[in-house]
Amino acid sequence: MAASRRILPGFGLTLGVTVAWLGLIVLIPLAALVAKSTSLSWEQFWGTVTSERTLAAFGLSFGAAAVAALVNLVAGAVIAWALVRYRFPGRRLVDAVIDLPFALPTAVAGIALTTLYAPNGWIGALLEPLGIQVAFTRLGVVMALIFIGLPFVVRTVQPVLEEIPAEFEEAAASLGASRLTVVLRVLLPEALPALITGTTLAFARAVGEYGSVIFIAGNIQGQTEIAPLLIVIQLEQYNYAEATAIAVVMLVLSFALLLAVNLLQRWSNRRFREST
Amino acid sequence: MSAPRSKLTEPAWVRWGLVAFVLGWVGLFLVLPLVAVFHGAFAKGWQVYLGLFDGSDNGRAARHAITLSLSVAGIAVALNTLFGVCAAWLLTRYRFAGRQLLLTLIDLPFAVSPVIAGLVFVLLFGLQGFCGEWMRDHELPKVIFALPGLVLATVFVTFPFVARELIPVMEAVGTEEEEAARVLGAGGWSIFWRVTLPNVKWGLIYGVILCSARALGEFGAVSVVSGHIRGQTNTLPLHIEILYNEYQFAASFACASLLSLVGLATLGVKELVAWRQRLAVARAASQADDPPPPPRQA
Repeated sequence: MAASRRILPGFGLTLGVTVAWLGLIVLIPLAALVAKSTSLSWEQFWGTVTSERTLAAFGLSFGAAAVAALVNLVAGAVIAWALVRYRFPGRRLVDAVIDLPFALPTAVAGIALTTLYAPNGWIGALLEPLGIQVAFTRLGVVMALIFIGLPFVVRTVQPVLEEIPAEFEEAAASLGASRLTVVLRVLLPEALPALITGTTLAFARAVGEYGSVIFIAGNIQGQTEIAPLLIVIQLEQYNYAEATAIAVVMLVLSFALLLAVNLLQRWSNRRFREST
Repeated sequence: MSAPRSKLTEPAWVRWGLVAFVLGWVGLFLVLPLVAVFHGAFAKGWQVYLGLFDGSDNGRAARHAITLSLSVAGIAVALNTLFGVCAAWLLTRYRFAGRQLLLTLIDLPFAVSPVIAGLVFVLLFGLQGFCGEWMRDHELPKVIFALPGLVLATVFVTFPFVARELIPVMEAVGTEEEEAARVLGAGGWSIFWRVTLPNVKWGLIYGVILCSARALGEFGAVSVVSGHIRGQTNTLPLHIEILYNEYQFAASFACASLLSLVGLATLGVKELVAWRQRLAVARAASQADDPPPPPRQA
């Protein structure tokens, strides 16, 4: 590509626009958040972050996101597998609908799920005789996070399954491996990096999710109050320092997750290149 | 095939069991919420829809929310499209130190909670923020609880969309045609408009539509900077929340169904773009005696 740098014009212009826009919209505002948090003393910061209410919110946000991500890992893997390997009526439609949580605004998803799972809703009314309440409980938070996280797993795993060469399976099968052994020992290791990446992406998205959760959660302090909602509440009470402290903790954890995904992808790319 | 067929797939009951699971899961978790939106919107007939646009207070508020959402999304998408095209050109046409870092930084807004995206602008431009007092003293227009804040928060949240869609497409198209145009004497702008753009237009269109859908539907970030002033800074998603909390479910779902239609249209365009790509690949494959150059890998 060294030649094209000399041939194609526009390097200075596009570099300038990209860096300036990135700086103005993303980097300076995020730096302002970090700068604001340094105006708190360490005791203040620690006191806010470890207060009972904040810890409960973090626990719920990360706990519900982890449960939802694991559910999506299993469901997403099965859906990706069926879409790639089987031909069944409605396959194209299912494939298109998977992206719905990306396309549907979070507030719309929130009110739709709440209406479905409320005690008088279509699904809630069926569950109530069984003693299961979904809306306005932690289970409701998990349900909303399952909804928004599903496409991350499916769309990460699907292309990897499509790429696995048929020779791998044929070789294993002709050497006498049973189908279960082939799936667990040949296919699963190949798809594992994608499964972990997709699950981590779903988890990261779920931790910060706001719109689809606040309607179904009921927002009871200390019980169904997620961390992003706590930021909003603190902000509405003009507790800027508290809001900032919670936000910084969430930001650091999200970036750590993003970094982990990047390293994982680089590692699996290198492994793939070595094996071929 | 050397191995028996039965060993290369699962028993029939496993296959049909998995397919049934997929159809059930997708129906229950994805399709049913969508059905619930339209059912809620039409439960009281067309009257609710018409009420959104009549002269009553509610109708005026809904119309204002729609107009505001369209203007905020319009500005944000235009800005991010310009940025996305610049970033894609930079990151696919040149190799330079820091390129990988830029690629990662562009994705950063995906990892930030929308609430935090709103918060950072309150901290910058709110009255107690870094620039708030200075801006008030110099009588600059208000940012927070006003249109500029809504636009800024939306731009932040939709920042990566156009660039993300465009980068793989421009990488795959390669630079041969652009270099040929350059050698033949074309200038930078004419290369972009007459060579690059026709090659990548479908990727660009899909990126813009994805960006618009997300911008119209953004809730968390906009909610933090809006101040919820009815008839002034209430975008359509915020208006849905207010109606819902006031137990005006039918009106709330009517507004929600408008945004759902935008979402469905996005999915439709995605299918269309994928179909066109398959068509192009098939056409390229059929011209066997003149194979296209293989896509260039980074």
